[in-house]
Amino acid sequence: MSNVIIQTDALTRRFGTRVAVDALTLEVHRGEVFGLLGPNGAGKSTTVRLLNGVLASHGGSARVFGQDVAAQAAQIRRRVGVLTETPTVYDGLTARQNLELVGEVYGLEPAQLPARIAEVLAEFELQTRADDKVATYSKGMRQRLAIARTFIHGPELVYLDEPTSGLDPEAARMVVELVQQQAHREGRTIFICTHNLDEAERLCDRVGVIDQGRMLAIGSPAELAHQLWQGYRVVIKLAEPLSDQQLQSLGEVTSRGDANNPPTLLEFSLPGLQAVPDLVSALCGVGARIVRVDPQHHSLRDIYFAVRQRHQRSGEGQ
Amino acid sequence: MNWRAIRAVIRKDLLQAASNRIIWVSFIGVPVMLLVIMPVGMVLMPQLVPEQIDLRELETMLRSVPPGLKARLGAFLADQMWVMLAANYMFMPFFLLVPMMISSIIAADGIAGEKERKTLEGLLYMPISDAELFISKVLAAWIPALAITLVSFIVYGLAVNLAGYGTMQRLFFPEPAWWPLVFLVAPAVSLASLAVTVIISAKAKSFMAAQQASGFIVLPVIALMVGQVSGLFFLSTWVVLLIGVLFWAIALMLAKIATNKISRDELVTQV
Ligand SMILES: Nc1ncnc2c1ncn2[C@@H]1O[C@H](COP(=O)(O)OP(=O)(O)OP(=O)(O)O)[C@@H](O)[C@H]1O
Ligand SMILES: [Mg+2]
Repeated sequence: MSNVIIQTDALTRRFGTRVAVDALTLEVHRGEVFGLLGPNGAGKSTTVRLLNGVLASHGGSARVFGQDVAAQAAQIRRRVGVLTETPTVYDGLTARQNLELVGEVYGLEPAQLPARIAEVLAEFELQTRADDKVATYSKGMRQRLAIARTFIHGPELVYLDEPTSGLDPEAARMVVELVQQQAHREGRTIFICTHNLDEAERLCDRVGVIDQGRMLAIGSPAELAHQLWQGYRVVIKLAEPLSDQQLQSLGEVTSRGDANNPPTLLEFSLPGLQAVPDLVSALCGVGARIVRVDPQHHSLRDIYFAVRQRHQRSGEGQ
Repeated sequence: MNWRAIRAVIRKDLLQAASNRIIWVSFIGVPVMLLVIMPVGMVLMPQLVPEQIDLRELETMLRSVPPGLKARLGAFLADQMWVMLAANYMFMPFFLLVPMMISSIIAADGIAGEKERKTLEGLLYMPISDAELFISKVLAAWIPALAITLVSFIVYGLAVNLAGYGTMQRLFFPEPAWWPLVFLVAPAVSLASLAVTVIISAKAKSFMAAQQASGFIVLPVIALMVGQVSGLFFLSTWVVLLIGVLFWAIALMLAKIATNKISRDELVTQV
């Protein structure tokens, strides 16, 4: 089976005259955690609805597991779990009853259902309150139950629409940890919509940045950083500045020294992390005395804002 | 059809509805009031307050009774006539009102209410077809409406027979028209009102809005009731059968229209 789990081509959806998803093209691969990042109203939830055939598209195509989402929505749904933006848990039911409902609709074996529910309740730390009505739960517990119900049937692909929104930091951390536990299991693919960049940084292997329904950039954080800053930045602090002679003998190792930096701080742009040892030995070779080597890490936050800035600039240029 | 999934959704809808206090009041309180307390009071009147039975009023009522029925009633004393009319005719329309009300409330809660609580979208992601979802929502509302009607009918029968025994000296309920009323007309009006509620709920934003908007469907029954009580006409077996057939035709037509309203795209565009 192909490694591409989700594939869309110019997927489009309008509401009236407003284009919610605008010619969106993306690919998500088996086993990865993909993050769709974007501000409020960017079109993240609409994308999830389109990918599940819950909403009809107005243009383009989308395939999940190689099947067309419009024509084969029913088959796709059996293999997918979705955490909606507002958690789908029923207040009038207990946690156990909520999970029974989902297990039965997804067709889990009746004989195995109680054991599977007990297992999921334990994994999501809900077993002590399993037979209490959900109406009595805290927001964090409701969200854990909502995520538990998303995973109960062992889906191959899971969508999580803002899994930590509205949770306190502790509850949010717990959710992130639970998602980390569930991800990378048996080749499971996870698609997260979020505007929480720290959470995305911890969870996602690849990300897409979306705004006004359009995909601004897509790739792994390292790939995106590479595209944005053309290379891998390393800052090296020296005990004393290099002489002109030393600099000359460094030869082809190019330093992009920043005029604002003190002369003991050198900035290099390298093709990748693997070039760092060569740079260090070259510096030592010319007699430089190194105090510190700082590979410049670009956080997802840096990447996200750089992508949006680049997009705004290109928009102004038009 | 995936009946296991349908059963699971019905069970969920009923459990969820059962946790709503307003719903309990309408399921237990209203039938008990309309179909037990009020009729027992009416039937007991000749024994408790004989002077209150106005013979002239009874005669006016009798004038508009169909001839066949009048002939049968002619054999009774005034007190007995009162009991017969009260127990066997006056409350007939309530047996249409109750199933309509119950099915409409559950359907409004199961669709508009679920939209309001934002849980409907999650249901749409599950492997259940639009048709299965429609059937679940219809059965979840229809089965309890019919069950409560049947239980009310049994309780009503026992209660009025018991309360009127002193006057009648025999079992006098039900008259033949009740059988088609309970088993033919009640399911049909219940289905019709349920279908109307589904159509309205698919558009409504909240349970209350759906409830209010679908309130108008009880108007024909209220008209029937006013007609009944003022002695305009009495429902004979044939009239009831005819109404039954008519309502089934209407109910099936409305249900057909309602099927098209339960589609994912329609529902999710509004959640
Ligand atoms: N049912 C609808 N009817 C009309 N417009 C809609 C509907 N659903 C979404 N939209 C519009 O489409 C755009 C994208 O909405 P969407 O909910 O997909 O954004 P989002 O990225 O999930 O935002 P958020 O972070 O707020 O959840 C928004 O402008 C929104 O107003
Ligand atoms: Mg959203």
